[in-house]
Amino acid sequence: MLHLIIFSVFGVICVAGAVNLLVQRHPINSALSLVVVMGALAAEFLLLGAEFVAAVQVIVYAGAVMVLFVFVIMLLNAGEEEHTQGSRVARLIGIPGMLVGSLLMAWVLLEHSGTQSVAAGALPGPPKMIGWLLFHDYLLPFEVTSVLVLIAIMGAVVLAARPESVQRKKEG
Amino acid sequence: MSVETFILVSVVKIVIAIIVLLTAVAYTVWLERKVVGHIQNRWGPTRVGPFGLLQPLADGVKFIFKEDLTPPHVYKPLYIAAPMIALIFALTSISVIPVGNWVTVGGIYTPLQISDVNIGLLIILGVTSLGVYGVALAGWSSNSKYSLLGGLRASAQMVSYEISLGLSLVGVLILAGSFSLREIVDAQGGTFWGFIPRWNIFQGQIVAFFIYLTSAYAETNRIPFDLPEAETELVAGYHTEYSAMKFAMFFMAEYANMITVACLATILFLGGWKGLPYGPAWLQDLPVFWFVLKIFCFLFLYIWVRGTLPRFRYDQLMAFGWKFLLPLAIANLVLTALIVALKS
Repeated sequence: MLHLIIFSVFGVICVAGAVNLLVQRHPINSALSLVVVMGALAAEFLLLGAEFVAAVQVIVYAGAVMVLFVFVIMLLNAGEEEHTQGSRVARLIGIPGMLVGSLLMAWVLLEHSGTQSVAAGALPGPPKMIGWLLFHDYLLPFEVTSVLVLIAIMGAVVLAARPESVQRKKEG
Repeated sequence: MSVETFILVSVVKIVIAIIVLLTAVAYTVWLERKVVGHIQNRWGPTRVGPFGLLQPLADGVKFIFKEDLTPPHVYKPLYIAAPMIALIFALTSISVIPVGNWVTVGGIYTPLQISDVNIGLLIILGVTSLGVYGVALAGWSSNSKYSLLGGLRASAQMVSYEISLGLSLVGVLILAGSFSLREIVDAQGGTFWGFIPRWNIFQGQIVAFFIYLTSAYAETNRIPFDLPEAETELVAGYHTEYSAMKFAMFFMAEYANMITVACLATILFLGGWKGLPYGPAWLQDLPVFWFVLKIFCFLFLYIWVRGTLPRFRYDQLMAFGWKFLLPLAIANLVLTALIVALKS
């Protein structure tokens, strides 16, 4: 019972944050809503017993990635967005379509997927087990992902660095 | 232990911890003014009470009764929230810090720690990484150039040094094999050859300790890395536009963070609540004495550095963090892992 209450509270916070993210006009408010979503998700992980994943969720997403988002918004001094009225098609078809779609999905998940609700702490993920999985059972995928991330970082550096010819022109 | 006793014990512990922490914050400020005063051949506070000991109280009263000015050009919701965010996350980290062994009080056997969780270290890292928002949002929402530059500098600096800070801790984690702060301290019991305590700093983690020390100074925005509030160029940095209690909250957050950093250094590198391995037995078993003594020494070092070193330039700070400290931390980590692997 307590589990259900805590789950619902954080679930509502999570969804409210996500809706707020779309509704807010100022980029910094949107970014902060995303932080709230990340925090609420971490709480849900914690509820399942996956304390390591929850901590990493907070440290990496809320603590590092979103700080960089906020940093960029501050640096560019991005102002408020201008909202247009939106197209009538989107309002007439989009909103009912979304409602029907999500209802359909909820119905299928509840009635036909054969999954049941998960009890509190049913999916434990102690750091040792995750380490074992990452560095033993799934070593190759892990290393391949590392190389992929490295390539992405190098690509970002190459794209961000100004070409030498431009630099020389400015100096000369 | 029944649920009622658990809640009662937790509440009592939380109240004690908060009171002790806030008092410690107030008297760290006093200690700093006194020590820096003596370093600069001054007296420091002397007027309020003996040795100026009541100065923190007078300052507190002053902060509460000052006019709370909100400049007209600020973005109000975040301007008000920012100091709260900074202070909340600064105070939260104390909840997982173990200050001593298990004790029996009134028939209840309980650890000297608010909550003994098995990912204690990760929780502290997560909470401190969220503390950046207080500073960054204060700088942005103040809508002033000095605040904005201070906030930008602070967040860039904190994100950069967090990496070397985190990596310097991994060596200790490899030695202890656990994220639990209590288990990390327990792994440091005993001695080498009967007289050197088995603290991590003597177990080959001395380089990691200095990396941690340097990164911690940068993380808490202290001299020589206090660029976010460099008064010669930025007035007061991110808290330029704040007054009265809102300013005091940033101030308290800074000192609470210093104390957290000192606690973490004590637990991870200096053997936590374990005392020196000689001396009479009653001195060895004093519950919190050794922990507080180590924290005091660490804070004194903090203040000593502040009274001694000049401020870095911003590009020097960034180059030092990324080009020297980070490779050094990685090298230390690889070496520690190799030694542990070869030993086992």
